[in-house]
Amino acid sequence: MKKEVAIIGVGQTAFVRGYEGSIRELAFDAYKEAMLDAGLTAKEIDASIICSAPEYDKQRSPSGTIVEYLGLNPKPTFYIETICSSSSSGLRVAYSLVKSGLHELVLVLGFQKMSEISSADSQERMGRGSDIMWEAPFGTMMPAYYAMHARAHFQRYGTTEEDLALIRVKAATYGMINKKAVYQKGVTLEQVLTSDMIASPLKRFDCCANADGASCLIVANQERAKALSKKPVWIIGLGAATAPINMSGRESLTGLSCAREAAKEAYQMAGVTPQDIDVAEVHDCFTIAEMMAYEDLGFAGPGEGKDLIRGKETYIGGKIPVNVDGGLLSKGHPIGATGGSQIRTIVLQLRGEAGEMQVKAPEIGLIHNIGGVGLYGNVTILGRD
Amino acid sequence: MGFEKFGIVSFTSQTKATPFIDHLERGVLAGTKCKGCGTFYFPPRPDCYHCLSSDVEWREITGKGKLISYSTLIYAPTGFEADLPYTIALVEFDNKVKVFGRLSKEVKDEEIKIGMELKYSVVKLPNDRITYEFKKA
Ligand SMILES: [Zn+2]
Repeated sequence: MKKEVAIIGVGQTAFVRGYEGSIRELAFDAYKEAMLDAGLTAKEIDASIICSAPEYDKQRSPSGTIVEYLGLNPKPTFYIETICSSSSSGLRVAYSLVKSGLHELVLVLGFQKMSEISSADSQERMGRGSDIMWEAPFGTMMPAYYAMHARAHFQRYGTTEEDLALIRVKAATYGMINKKAVYQKGVTLEQVLTSDMIASPLKRFDCCANADGASCLIVANQERAKALSKKPVWIIGLGAATAPINMSGRESLTGLSCAREAAKEAYQMAGVTPQDIDVAEVHDCFTIAEMMAYEDLGFAGPGEGKDLIRGKETYIGGKIPVNVDGGLLSKGHPIGATGGSQIRTIVLQLRGEAGEMQVKAPEIGLIHNIGGVGLYGNVTILGRD
Repeated sequence: MGFEKFGIVSFTSQTKATPFIDHLERGVLAGTKCKGCGTFYFPPRPDCYHCLSSDVEWREITGKGKLISYSTLIYAPTGFEADLPYTIALVEFDNKVKVFGRLSKEVKDEEIKIGMELKYSVVKLPNDRITYEFKKA
């Protein structure tokens, strides 16, 4: 295992509906937890990477405002955006800054306060993360795009609405034991199947919950990681890829090519295979997205994702536990904070500090974080010391 | 100018792909063919990333369309509420050219099937707006 760059501190706010504070205060909550976790003070941080989807922010260039509030002046900061995968992209940049030797300790902070705008406005803005020239004029939105993927998957592989509902039930099972989840209630199969249709065949419970929240990661080079941390978690594989924004440019709608490309790169860099992964966080912005992730990541063959969920193989104790923190479906999806939160979950799992959500003695964990409708794919593989 | 007429709500007004609208107004759905290397593009574009030529000709989308996938929206983004419910679709024509758009409301829910044959049809909208939709072939 390569031990060159590590994560030595993690933090996350509770994901909530309607955070009662400003974005700088929201950022501070996650920052404080990560800094206390790593035992660091502001002057030790060499650079920061701030991640969010800017269309939700009233503050232009929020990184400048946030680093001042966190006491990180006069150190440099960078603003990174790949919609829902912004903070995974942020981690990739932090890795390169550290690996290059330019900096020793780099902070990655993702945040989003989605509640500043209405849900319809939010859907419209998210919809504009797809092709505004050729698709948005038809009235597109995120659930409808993923619904098209679901229909294509059903047709080709015989996957059913009930299979997708099983994914939602699993998410709720773990959302109930995650004190930081926005949705902490249980959900039954019947509740999912009878919930309001949003964009057929996806129903209300097939969709993730909007939330406000922030996440924070502290990345260190080998020397600092060993000196500062008892349990550094090493970044052993990174993969990032893109795919055509418009549906016309996609080979098929039964999976996301950017996820397959990113996974291939990350597995290769880490020198591991899908069978080596002990615990995973995948981008379940919709239930179908988790189903496609099982297959795109190689946890199941094409069309065989349904067998994993039917057999409860993605629960704790199963072959490959996935999203045992509630995922985006129950924990919530504050766009810019999501990747960092997924990474935090895997760091805690590898340290053995995930509490009730703990998977038995995992050594290697994986994070799959997607921006837009399969526009940006990011796969990160972490290893225990 | 001209492209702002496209669809229910357009987010683009200035583009070199505006001849697309002129073709729609004549009832034709068109893509671009690069004069340098022959690559066909839909959605159309005035530039070719294969050979870097910006010399293109407009060509009609041909052949019977085949429905790749679809979804019927029950909720809509701001500005589209009046059309609900409506169905978005991806349709494949000759030479694997895929076109994104809406299914005509003439196609009944129970008739919609992946693989069904479709054709495109230009639709004039109020306020001098224009779009296209897919109908049964
Ligand atoms: Zn060309």
